[in-house]
Amino acid sequence: MKVIYTDVLIIGGGLAGLRVATGVKERGHDCVVLTLVPPKRSHSSAAQGGMQASLANSNMGEGDNEDVHFSDTIKGSDWGADQVVARMFTHCAPKAIRELAHWGVPWSRVQRGDRTAIINAKKVTITEKDEAHGLITARDFGGTKKWRTCYTSDGTGHSMLYAMDNKAHEDKVEIHERLEAISLIHENGRCYGAVARNLMSGELVAYVSKATTIATGGYGRIYSVSTNAIICQGIGQAIALETGVATLGNMEAIQFHPTAIVPVGILTTEGCRGDGGLLLDKDGYRFMPDYEPEKKELASRDVVSRRMTEHMRKGKGVKSRYGDHLWLDITILGRAHIEKNLREVKEICENFLGIDPAEEWIPVRPTQHYSMGGIRTTYKGESQTLKGLYSAGEAACWDMHGFNRLGGNSVSETVVAGMLVAEYISDYLESDDSNLSIHTANVEKFVQKEQEKIDALLSKEEGEDAYVLRRRMEEIMMEDVGIFRNGKDLQKAVDELKELHQRAKNIEVFRSKSRAANPALVNAYRTQKMIKVALTVAYGALLRTESRGAHSREDFPKRDDENWLKRSITTWPNENDTMPHMEYEEIDISTMEIPPGFRGYGKDLTTTNAHSADRQAQVDKINEELEAQGKDRFEIQEAIMPFIDKLPKKYQGINERLGENV
Amino acid sequence: MSQEAKAPRILKISILRFDPHDPEDFPHMETFEVEEASGMTLFVVLNEIREHHDNSLKFDFVCRAGICGSCSMLVNGKPTLACRTLTKKLDTNITLAPLPLFELIGDLSVYTGKWMRGLNERLETWIHDKSNELQVDKLEERMEPELADEIYELDRCVECGCCVAGCGTIQMRDNFVGAVGLNKVARYHLDPRDKRSDDEFYEMIGNEDGVFGCMTLLGCEDVCPKDLPLQSKIAYLRRMMLKNAL
Repeated sequence: MKVIYTDVLIIGGGLAGLRVATGVKERGHDCVVLTLVPPKRSHSSAAQGGMQASLANSNMGEGDNEDVHFSDTIKGSDWGADQVVARMFTHCAPKAIRELAHWGVPWSRVQRGDRTAIINAKKVTITEKDEAHGLITARDFGGTKKWRTCYTSDGTGHSMLYAMDNKAHEDKVEIHERLEAISLIHENGRCYGAVARNLMSGELVAYVSKATTIATGGYGRIYSVSTNAIICQGIGQAIALETGVATLGNMEAIQFHPTAIVPVGILTTEGCRGDGGLLLDKDGYRFMPDYEPEKKELASRDVVSRRMTEHMRKGKGVKSRYGDHLWLDITILGRAHIEKNLREVKEICENFLGIDPAEEWIPVRPTQHYSMGGIRTTYKGESQTLKGLYSAGEAACWDMHGFNRLGGNSVSETVVAGMLVAEYISDYLESDDSNLSIHTANVEKFVQKEQEKIDALLSKEEGEDAYVLRRRMEEIMMEDVGIFRNGKDLQKAVDELKELHQRAKNIEVFRSKSRAANPALVNAYRTQKMIKVALTVAYGALLRTESRGAHSREDFPKRDDENWLKRSITTWPNENDTMPHMEYEEIDISTMEIPPGFRGYGKDLTTTNAHSADRQAQVDKINEELEAQGKDRFEIQEAIMPFIDKLPKKYQGINERLGENV
Repeated sequence: MSQEAKAPRILKISILRFDPHDPEDFPHMETFEVEEASGMTLFVVLNEIREHHDNSLKFDFVCRAGICGSCSMLVNGKPTLACRTLTKKLDTNITLAPLPLFELIGDLSVYTGKWMRGLNERLETWIHDKSNELQVDKLEERMEPELADEIYELDRCVECGCCVAGCGTIQMRDNFVGAVGLNKVARYHLDPRDKRSDDEFYEMIGNEDGVFGCMTLLGCEDVCPKDLPLQSKIAYLRRMMLKNAL
């Protein structure tokens, strides 16, 4: 048995994983990053439009700060987010972006003087301040009060990931490429690393570590059409679930992005609409102002996706052989703007649609895009139930997005979570708690078990075809667990997925019997895991009889704060269980900084919780009293919902902005 | 419309196959027939072959959107990204082979990651700045907007390896850094945050494995899927290095 010991095992080499790696390295700990692909090819690289951080440099961002960013994030989450975590996040986002600027991300900059922009289909002149010249600029994104989304053209994720990976090179982070974690090693409620399979040689390796971090991104590929990279299959969530100890949170919270191209589902950034692009129907009519007069195309993502679907259901979609779609019109932005700030979009349109988006409209429709749910953790990124297991980024549910994530908050989360979780892990490593106490014979049992599973898949005869099961799972998720959901379809989905889960135990790897690089074998064991993850999503959606954020039930259209202000918690206690186990974690109104209220889209359909008004009265009272005493915004915030002490000391400082705290 | 009404073409996909882990295998061509669909890319073709014809076929896709650089291979002899190659732009007989020069994992899958990591370590492709300590609470350092755009232009490289596969020089000089390496040096040389001196850059690439090794065949520029200005950047680095040598 090959065993590799390290302080921190990090599963996943995207932005979150690499940021954890450089963070623990800086604190003097050893780490190994396992990655399916070269880190620079991770899905983080596909983030186009930008990273939210309240720098307030550009004219349209003036007056922005952590408070406004926090408020947008909470409303966006439909009050599902953990408000302390969201506070920690908005406080650290400016630090994370400045760190990345220091490490080489060029970031698009403010140019002093006048420039033309398109706002609400009209040309306007924006004048940038002299003193902001050369600082990081920002664009508009959905669901935000200010222009806060910082960017590098529309290759933001790419430039961030390259800087981050290069920093990891500089710090001599050990990266083991094409290694896939297939199970976690754990004993007595404590995680000790993972069993990984080398995708080139097939060798199984036990990585034994004091702390283990899952940073494997989302699980979008359980849907047949997704904007996600094909490696975003939820294997990180699956191996956590398979421990029977670790919990997953809010798995049913799935985001659909309004503008993926038809039919292949490749994303065109929200920056298209942020920069002034419009959504049009089959008649070339701009329909969003009819539904959302205030925010129009720049309402929150879940809202825009639902409105688009509603409009297509009214027969206003453009018919195509791939089903209905709508148009995204960015021609009004002009060629120069597109070729400078939306060049990836332009390349995608040219290569996959054969059109020039400066001249023609882009066929788009809402498509699975983001997983708000994930491995449930504390604000420190540690599993609530499996000690020594950490998670960061899209893989995790710590939980700053609640039931809907704002555009631009995902790459921002990866680096903020990475920098924070690295510190908490380092603190843990520096305590006696982290000492290893597992017997190697027990480690070997975990490796043995995985070996047996692989042997069984390869030696099985007359079993099931993994591709058939997987394609069916993907269809079920698309058809029955989509943008609009209802009890009947969800029940059907759960029943059928449950059956697929049983059938998946009988998968046979046909013909391709190699123990080394073998895509058929990989597909077989991943399919088994993906079906479990799909079940957690469908079952969670079935049980949640309300509509909140991206989870929209036609049979329960109201957000029900009376009964459903809670997080869904999923476990899979016994391997032989046929269904996951669901529990709920209450979200406490009495400690909220912003008690539940109306999000401001459409009609207010909320069953309110009596405690919301009480808490609002308390918050208002504190505000009023402290303002009268002349306290500043930081002191007032601290009195309402303290969070700063939870942050590592080095990240507690107040952020400088032009004209503030400089 | 009339074109779509016609019977779909049958594509004949010939793939150079070899599994280095199988002692009995040897490199050989294998041909698969696939019915063309509208908007079909080589990503769709290869997955269809794997799912319906031969599930042992090895290839690499990640983003399938032309962003991540994973799927570079030889398409009819020319290095390019397979995911964004539309079949309608090709003849019915299509030949696919793995990218040359990189370690073969199997069939169309090559180990570009290892090569690129070696390159990045060798050229130290990160910001070198010992003097300027990061203070996360402070305003970021300013940069001229045009300069930021210029740096991003060079930062768009996706390390796909097409320029390496298309390079004549590297066939003769194993340690040649290739256009990908020279472009990275140009990118960091341009970046005022990187405090390396011209002498230090000269030390690194002012030799035959660097900028003076290039035979100026410029296959790199022809095949770069991101249309990076490789030719002008190599020329620029040469002038800069010569000036420094004098």
